[in-house]
Amino acid sequence: MSEPILKVTDIHTYIGRHHILQGVSFEALPDSVTVLIGRNGAGKSTSLKTVIGLLPAFRGSIVFRGEPIEDKKPYEIARLGMAFVPEDMGIFTTLTVEENMRVAMLAEDKGSQGRLEKVLEIFPDLRKFWKAKAGNLSGGQKQMLAIARAITNDTDLLLIDEPSKGLAPVIVESLIQVINRIKGKSVVVLVEQNFYMASRVGDRYFILDDGSVVHSGTMTELMEREDLQSRYLVIAQR
Amino acid sequence: MVSKVARNWSRKVIIAGALILFLLPLIQIPFRTYVTLTIAGLAMGMLLFLVASGVSIILGLMDVLNFAHGALFAWGAYAGFSVFQWLAPWVRADSVALNIGVFGLAALAAILAVGILGMVLERMIVRRVYGNHLFQILITFGATIVLVELIRVIWGPNDEVMPTPLTLQGHWDVFDVVILRYPVLCIALGAATYGIIQWILKQTKLGIIVRAGVENRDMVQAMGYNIYLLFTGVFAFGAALAAFGGLAMSIFTMQVYPDMGSTYLLFAFIVVIIGGLGSATGSLVGALIVGLAYNYVAYMLPWAAAGVNILVMIVILLIRPTGLFPVGK
Repeated sequence: MSEPILKVTDIHTYIGRHHILQGVSFEALPDSVTVLIGRNGAGKSTSLKTVIGLLPAFRGSIVFRGEPIEDKKPYEIARLGMAFVPEDMGIFTTLTVEENMRVAMLAEDKGSQGRLEKVLEIFPDLRKFWKAKAGNLSGGQKQMLAIARAITNDTDLLLIDEPSKGLAPVIVESLIQVINRIKGKSVVVLVEQNFYMASRVGDRYFILDDGSVVHSGTMTELMEREDLQSRYLVIAQR
Repeated sequence: MVSKVARNWSRKVIIAGALILFLLPLIQIPFRTYVTLTIAGLAMGMLLFLVASGVSIILGLMDVLNFAHGALFAWGAYAGFSVFQWLAPWVRADSVALNIGVFGLAALAAILAVGILGMVLERMIVRRVYGNHLFQILITFGATIVLVELIRVIWGPNDEVMPTPLTLQGHWDVFDVVILRYPVLCIALGAATYGIIQWILKQTKLGIIVRAGVENRDMVQAMGYNIYLLFTGVFAFGAALAAFGGLAMSIFTMQVYPDMGSTYLLFAFIVVIIGGLGSATGSLVGALIVGLAYNYVAYMLPWAAAGVNILVMIVILLIRPTGLFPVGK
């Protein structure tokens, strides 16, 4: 097995006085999609926010491409090649689509322009709404914009938090195709409650419950474990 | 959908209402006096905009209640006052070039000195109290006391007459209407400053990042930007704007005194509340409303001048609680 690009070991995170993550460990391998799944309040989103540095890790280690990052600031981690798409998408609604993409582009040279063109090929709708305020986009378009922003730089690791939340099934299918397309270029760690989406894109899974990892394995194994699915997951209709 | 339509209409109703009210004084006062008052009101408004826009951006982006903003305004005035004293011959000279030159140098001194002071204030004091409004009020109020006392130590406790470069004095006669030169310059400077702020915010990447940060600072950090460096820069910029406003206002009122900041800080907060947090356009429109209201009422009902802007603020907030041009979070 190749070396993980991300290795999270025994992370403890507090939000206020609440001990949310109680020793979470997981890893993301190259050329794969790792899915963190579990019920509401399990600590999935908190895990991603801790990895990107928006929440400080009280204890434990986070190693990204061989470099410890648990003490780094979010902007330092982002510049190492990690991108984050939060649960609420993090779109700047008062900015246009173009301005959202400009914020995302850390450099504005020829190379960046070339990458932007490739991103817009994956998300052609963004070109149509280029000068529109991002707040006026539909839910699915906002999610596409959020992911487009995240992959516009040379992103080695993409953290996406519940991308299918609140979206129509046809949009979820588009998202699945997008994530499968991104898979080869960036490693993805995906938080999902929707088992259908998780099973369509995921290679490996880690189930979180009450702030710790309770099961892990390959997605193929999870699809045969109906007991785990019914106990920990939301089985969404297609 | 209905509430968005109602919000858009409420803004238009307020602005239209203000414009109609501002025409009402014509019933009582001569047209020439009305024009003079209007220019003075617009000039005062532009100067208030310079102070308030810094408060609005600092409060909108950094969520910091900076009660030291008035002291920074006063420091700007005194920095300019010092330049005018050192280069007194340039101030008194009957030369446009020298007069404009000394004004430019005074503005540069005010902006640089207070910009640096703002950076120091942010790094040493304000940064420690992010997220806690009560502590921000207390600590910046304390900073105000220290900064004002330093003014007294350095420049003395007395009110001083602010010299005015010769070119900025005087007036024009336009169809028998007396138009003072300096208020017109203030209007032009305010408009130019608004234009520069809008250009920075809308056209430059830095401005786009600032606007993004007003809305969601966590996301800006997660996208690779050092939000704390941005905060320092924004604070310094806000301080510099206050300083420029202080210099310009002190020439307008022809005086400097150590406590001058507290008077205008109240106006600045009223403007920010009326205009909406984080919005330069809101600060401009709010400042013009405040400036005009104050000048008209001070002429017609002097006893009501002090309270009229509080009344304006209450009426606007009743109709539109978020202010005229709020930037969403």
